[in-house]
Amino acid sequence: MAGDSTRGAYRPTRAFVHSGRMTDDVAIRVRGLQKTYGDHVAVGGLDLDVARGECFALLGPNGAGKTTTVEILEGYRPRSAGEVTVLGLDPRRPTRDWRARVGIVLQSTGEFEALTVREVINHFALYYPAPRDPAELIEAVGLAEKATARAGTLSGGQRRRLDVALGVIGRPELLFLDEPTTGFDPEARQEFWDLIRQLSAEGTTILLTTHYLYEAEALANRVGVINNGRMIEVATPATLGGRATAATVVSWDARDGRQSVSTDTPTAQVSKLSAEFGGEVPGLTVARPTLEDIYLSMINAGKGEQ
Amino acid sequence: MATTTATVGRGPVHAVRLGWERGKLEVKEFFRQRESVVFTLAFPVILLLIFGSVLNYNIPGNINFSQYFVPGILASGLFGVCFQTLAIQISIERDKGILKRLEGTPMPPAAYFLGKIVMVLTMVVLESIVLLAIAAALGKVTLPDDWHRWATFIWVTVAGTAAGSLLGIAFSSVPRSGKSAPATITPIALVLQFLSGVYFVFTDLPSWLQHVGALFPLKWIAQGYRSVFLPDSFAQQEAAHSWEHGRLALVLVLWAIGGLVLAIRTFRWRAGKDS
Repeated sequence: MAGDSTRGAYRPTRAFVHSGRMTDDVAIRVRGLQKTYGDHVAVGGLDLDVARGECFALLGPNGAGKTTTVEILEGYRPRSAGEVTVLGLDPRRPTRDWRARVGIVLQSTGEFEALTVREVINHFALYYPAPRDPAELIEAVGLAEKATARAGTLSGGQRRRLDVALGVIGRPELLFLDEPTTGFDPEARQEFWDLIRQLSAEGTTILLTTHYLYEAEALANRVGVINNGRMIEVATPATLGGRATAATVVSWDARDGRQSVSTDTPTAQVSKLSAEFGGEVPGLTVARPTLEDIYLSMINAGKGEQ
Repeated sequence: MATTTATVGRGPVHAVRLGWERGKLEVKEFFRQRESVVFTLAFPVILLLIFGSVLNYNIPGNINFSQYFVPGILASGLFGVCFQTLAIQISIERDKGILKRLEGTPMPPAAYFLGKIVMVLTMVVLESIVLLAIAAALGKVTLPDDWHRWATFIWVTVAGTAAGSLLGIAFSSVPRSGKSAPATITPIALVLQFLSGVYFVFTDLPSWLQHVGALFPLKWIAQGYRSVFLPDSFAQQEAAHSWEHGRLALVLVLWAIGGLVLAIRTFRWRAGKDS
């Protein structure tokens, strides 16, 4: 069809098209980002790359510079120095076309209390050139039963779903999620994660900030840890802070009480124990450090430096 | 994922269409919030009923004070809807992050302000109809039967709405937070009412207070409405012994321009640093 003729027409410049695609594969590119308020350095030389289609989680303690960084990327705040490109545009000067391609889920504030879920979503759909179908979206975020309920009567989890619905109504290529599940009960959180995974599966690039390490582990392809306005490390959740190669702790109930051994060869240790006990080892656990253990040790190391 | 190649709607038609939709939504939201309806729309009606029956004495010019009060309460109703409502509401919307959310969408900024205009005009029309109907039913006002008095009513209303609304948008940046907005804005509106010939006959004020009152738009809106609803002979009792339509129009237009300049210079979509 049209695709064939297009391909033919562009054959001489395929190399160019290819390199264009390469830069197009980057959703967010940040180099040496700085943000200062007087003497206070909120962000001090931060680098970040997020590929298209990726779900990237930013971790860090309060005051580490997460929100400042994200708000600069969202086009809300000016920066003091550094290079920033988001979907091919400098967010210092956001255009309305760019706004239509970026979805933002802010920390919840409780707005539109007197309007119904359907009224709010229908209205926001008008802002975008190619919005999702509001009825389908209400279904997808699990608010079908609440479509005619006023926003003021929604629970915390339902409100957050409405926030997400407003963030994705315009079919954004890139979605910013700022601490999306704070205050959720575990069941609501699981359902919410399914929603985010679905958006990610559809190809939406997601930049998530969260306090919950297990949330980053559940959702993100990669995590970046920010502390004191700098990116300390970027890795997959499984390998952050040398987690994959960190010593494993093998514990069991010995005759004279609980015993633990920290080892790089846990399988050999378990075999040895099995032989000693003649089969089953009582109370056996084999544990690698959790993401939270690794994260806390990284943040505490940062405190030592200060 | 398929990248959308569609571009956002542009131009005045798109902005007006979205502004109209925003206006409808804002009116709906307003009427579903009982406190705002009572505070903004019903309050002048209550004042009309109380003052209209209590202040039943004759004033110079051979009319009853309650007749003098009707144009005054119409004017302060209009100013309340424009100035007070907008200043308080926008301040709260900024504090709550509603404006920040809108800034993050491709909505043309003009649509937000057009929506506010639709909301304010709807409330001004409703308020005026309700106040005039009650005043007429109580025999406190004779509705004019010649068109040029109604023409005066319309241009005073439009100019007053423009000045009050633009000042309201500009003043929305004054309160430090949404919570403190009503306590910051309401006293300003109240003091203006006392200086502008709403609760007293304007010319009964000491002359220096008359000069202060004459600096602000509410005095002129009230005077314009008196020219619509009081007999022409009463013009002799006004401060300048005339309705002063020319000066009235000039003052309101100047306030509208001043309010617009202030609003453009001070309007912020976000509270706090970097706003």
